[in-house]
Amino acid sequence: MIRTPLRPLARILRAREVGENPDAIERENKRLRHEEMRDQMRARAESRLLILGLGFVCAFAVVGLRMGMLSTSDPAEPRAEVQGAAISAARADIVDRDGRLLATNFETHALYAQPRQLVDPENSADKLVQIFPDLDKERLLKDFTGKRKFLWIKRKISPEQMQAVHDIGDPGLLFGPRDMRLYPNGTLAAHVLGGASFGKEGVSAAEVIGVAGVEKYFDNYLRDPANAGRPLTLALDLTVQAAAERVLWGGMKLLNAKGATSILMDAHTGEVVSVVSLPSFDPNNRPRPLTQGDQSDDPLFNRSVQGVYELGSAFKIFTAAQAVDLGLATSDTMIDTKPPMRVGGFSIGEFRRKNYGVISLSDVIVHSSNRGTGRVALEIGVEKQQDFLRELGFFDATGFEIVEAATGKPLLPKKWTDLSAVTISYGHGISTSPMHLAAGYAAIANGGYAVTPTILRQDAPVRGPRVMGAEAAAAARDMLRKVVSEGTASFGEVPGYAVAGKTGTADKPKPTGGYYEDKVIATFASMFPAHDPKYVLVVTLDEPVETSGDEPRRTAGWTAVPVAAEMIRRIAPLLGLRPSVEPAPLTDITLTSSN
Amino acid sequence: MRTLFYMLTSLAVIGLAFWAYRENYATQQALAETEELRTEIRAAHARLAVLRAEWAYLNRPDRLRDLADINFDSLGLLPLAPEQFGRLDQVSYPQAPEIDFVNGIDVSSMADVGGVQ
Repeated sequence: MIRTPLRPLARILRAREVGENPDAIERENKRLRHEEMRDQMRARAESRLLILGLGFVCAFAVVGLRMGMLSTSDPAEPRAEVQGAAISAARADIVDRDGRLLATNFETHALYAQPRQLVDPENSADKLVQIFPDLDKERLLKDFTGKRKFLWIKRKISPEQMQAVHDIGDPGLLFGPRDMRLYPNGTLAAHVLGGASFGKEGVSAAEVIGVAGVEKYFDNYLRDPANAGRPLTLALDLTVQAAAERVLWGGMKLLNAKGATSILMDAHTGEVVSVVSLPSFDPNNRPRPLTQGDQSDDPLFNRSVQGVYELGSAFKIFTAAQAVDLGLATSDTMIDTKPPMRVGGFSIGEFRRKNYGVISLSDVIVHSSNRGTGRVALEIGVEKQQDFLRELGFFDATGFEIVEAATGKPLLPKKWTDLSAVTISYGHGISTSPMHLAAGYAAIANGGYAVTPTILRQDAPVRGPRVMGAEAAAAARDMLRKVVSEGTASFGEVPGYAVAGKTGTADKPKPTGGYYEDKVIATFASMFPAHDPKYVLVVTLDEPVETSGDEPRRTAGWTAVPVAAEMIRRIAPLLGLRPSVEPAPLTDITLTSSN
Repeated sequence: MRTLFYMLTSLAVIGLAFWAYRENYATQQALAETEELRTEIRAAHARLAVLRAEWAYLNRPDRLRDLADINFDSLGLLPLAPEQFGRLDQVSYPQAPEIDFVNGIDVSSMADVGGVQ
């Protein structure tokens, strides 16, 4: 481009000739040039703005289009997941202390029908009834030909049944996947496991929820997908549990009892290694609860935690242990057990109206003297007795982690009088579950530390608060050992395992008030080996009768004790306890005068 | 110079676009493979769960007890009893083999010297 000179010579000369200012020409030219430059720059700026505007329009259009696409397309799972995300979202397994399966999931199918799509409803109904004999053909046909658009036919079917339904070949019969809860061991530990059922049901999936036992207590843990690969480890031992169930079942049948329960507890940690309640049920096919009659006849009734009864003389050892702990007595302190003994207007009697005379505290336990423990309890006093029993856990439901445990709340006297103190000292007037008793005995067995029963495996040592001195616990253990070696539980002797324990026979209360004459709860609470107790075993039989003699025998010494002894013989080797020789008591040094 | 710069830039853009396109497809491919593997793992897990359930079912104590009863003649299995615990000194170890001495040297006269009895 040709630039116009600011001072064109021709015009300047002409201007000089006419006497004009030549600078005006320069200014004029400068102005023109600036105007031209301004116009150019404006045009450029405008075009830039236009391009920028176009750019923004494009960018926003892209964003808008993407949003539109996202809103109209089907949602999809993000494909790039975080590393380590759980692959299975199924309910967590339940295993025993050695990792053996107690409950797991099984993929199965549910069968449903869409009657509108059925080709030949009559034939389908006919064949379905052949496959599932429990279906009602009339009803099925009515549903198939009626107005229904959808109906469930079976909740869970096996692969064989599924194939058979496939073979019918009707497009209106459809399958939905189901995660089914499976208890491979059948009735084993049924009361602990409880059972599971379906919650919300859809065609493609159903929620599995626990309905009882640990399945319900730990429902949140088991359902949490984060725990899918981490099974719930129980303290139970599968083999011990199976052996205990077998022995208890045999004992229950032999002794004509209508129910039985046994609890095997680690005395130091409170882990429940085996807990049986008979009669039992199959958690795979959990029966409906009884709607009428006595709840304790229901197989679902868990006697070990819900069977709240007066457990009788097995309680006496707590009174003796407390007396020793408080320094009121030693094992050799002589106690007067002679009649009469009247407390609060009631006369306290002995079993079969016996009279033991003046005997040592140890013999009070060995002979199971009501008056003996009653007198000791009066010396201890109401308040101290209450405190001791509260510390041992007899005032609240046990902390055992199954939902039923919360319903097993002990029954205590409304007004704790001297008479209550006396009757409670021999296990009447206070109703507890066998689980409470096992926890109390565990405190004696482990040297005086309170124990909370637990169904979970404890990987670290557990030690509760101290409830009695180690000496008192040792003295109590010696007394319990004597009960077996020379007292009411002589059938409880198992060579090599030095069983120590106390029997308890309590009359069953009538629902109408008062007690039955010929129905008892026979209990044997024991620990073994006595010199270094590892385990506590409580066996309770409901209404046992031993009929081998001339007259029926119902005392625990004849019923619960032999069952417990057989159980110890069977399960102690399984627990890895080898028989050992009991350390003999040291011979007393006799002082003889030399002069 | 400027033209060259423009050309290089546009070439770089084309190259990067091509690279991004390929990366995108490689990622999609990897994701699809991962998904396939995940499905496989899930199926394997399900299969494993079934196998473990079946193993537990076949090893349930009731069944083992019945099997032991049925095959009592050949196996003679009984419940573990306390008498079956043994001590280490009850184990009869095999006798150490006796060493046959050939051309032994009589060292009886060295007994006093070496203190060997």
